[in-house]
Amino acid sequence: MKCTVCRGPAVMDVRRHNANFCAEHFLKLCRDQVAKAIKEHRMLEPTDRALVAVSGGKDSLAVWDILVGLGYDADGLYLGLGIGDYSDASGEMARRFAADQGLKLLEVDLPADHGFDIPTGAKAAKRVPCSACGLSKRHLFDEAARTHGYDVVVTGHNLDDEAAVLFGNVLHWQTEYLGRQLPVLPERHGFPRKVKPLVRLGEREMAAYCVLRGIDYIVEECPMAAGNKHLGYKEALNLIEAASPGTKHDFYFGFLARASDRFTPEAEAEQDLLLRCARCGAPTTTELCAFCRLAERASGGRA
Amino acid sequence: MQVRLRNPRRELELPGPMRVHALLAQLEIDRETVLVIRSDTIVPGDAVLGDDDVVEIRPVISGGAS
Ligand code: SF4
Ligand SMILES: [Zn+2]
Ligand SMILES: [Zn+2]
Repeated sequence: MKCTVCRGPAVMDVRRHNANFCAEHFLKLCRDQVAKAIKEHRMLEPTDRALVAVSGGKDSLAVWDILVGLGYDADGLYLGLGIGDYSDASGEMARRFAADQGLKLLEVDLPADHGFDIPTGAKAAKRVPCSACGLSKRHLFDEAARTHGYDVVVTGHNLDDEAAVLFGNVLHWQTEYLGRQLPVLPERHGFPRKVKPLVRLGEREMAAYCVLRGIDYIVEECPMAAGNKHLGYKEALNLIEAASPGTKHDFYFGFLARASDRFTPEAEAEQDLLLRCARCGAPTTTELCAFCRLAERASGGRA
Repeated sequence: MQVRLRNPRRELELPGPMRVHALLAQLEIDRETVLVIRSDTIVPGDAVLGDDDVVEIRPVISGGAS
C-alpha cells in the first residue's frame, strides 16, 4: 500500500476518498479537513477564545490537538460525570494530555459540584442515561462558556456521529432536531456558538490520528452506551458504507446543502420562547431549565 | 503471534505469518471498524504479521449518543 500523495509506504487507508496515506500525509489530511470545515461553515475567527468539550476520548483530544496546531486559542473543559471507573480513567486521559501539551483544562465535577451522578440522576428522572448525560453536558458547557467568557464551544462530533444522529432523526422525523443539526449553531439568547470541526472526518480517522500523534485516549466504552440506539444506527450505516463508500458523507452533506434549511423555522420558533431559569439563570422555555429539573429530581427535591 | 482485543479485553494466540486483512477476516471483524496497531503505530491491511508479533485490534466505533 502506497501513499497517494508521496508514493512512500502508507499506513492508513481512507476508502471514502479511495486513497492511502503515510503518517505525515494522513496527519496533514486531518488538519486540512478541519481547516476546510472551519472555513466553509465559518466556525471560528482567529481571535476567538474556544472552549473544547474534552471527554478523554479520541475525538475530543484530536480536535483539541488539531485546533491548537492550527493556531487557535483553545482551552479544554472536562466534565466528571460520576460514571465509576470510566469517569476516573477518562479524566486521567484528559488531564495527562493537557499536562503533556501545556494546555489549560478546566474541570467541573457533577457529583461534587451539583450533587448527583449520571447513573442515579437518570434513574431518578426516569430518563435513559445518555439523555440525562447529554442535557447535563450541554448545560454545563454553555454555563462554563458564559462564566469564563469563551466565544465558542467546540465538540468532537465526527462524520459518523453526525450521520448516525441524522439517520435517527430522519427515521423518526424529529423535525425540531433536524432544524438544529448543523455544524455551527450561532450564538443566541445566551447560548454560546457551538461548532463541530470534525464533521469532515470519520471516527476511524480520528482514532488513527491519535495513534499517529502518540495521543493516549480512553478506548474503553462508557458502560452506559451499551445497547443504545445510536450504536445501532452506526452499524446500519456502516453496512451501507461498506457496500458504497462515501454514502455517509453524501447523506450528511447532502442534508446540509439541500434539506436542512427546510427545518430551521421550527427550531427558531422554539428559540423565541426563551425565558431565564429561576434557579440558575440559564436560557430555558420553562420556569426551571431541564438541567435544574434533573438536579432537583436526582436529589429528591432537595437541590 | 499474540493478538490483543478490546471491549472486552481478551488475548488470542495465532500462528504467523499472516496478512492483516486475513487476520481480520478470520476473526470476522469488519476492517472499517478497527485499527490494527503494532509497536504504537498502525499496520496497513496488506502488511504481513510475523509469528513473534504482538498486535492490538482496537475498535474505533464509540457509542455515546451526545
Ligand atoms: S455513552 Fe451516554 S452516558 Fe456515557 S458519556 Fe456518552 S452520553 Fe454520557
Ligand atoms: Zn505520503
Ligand atoms: Zn437551571
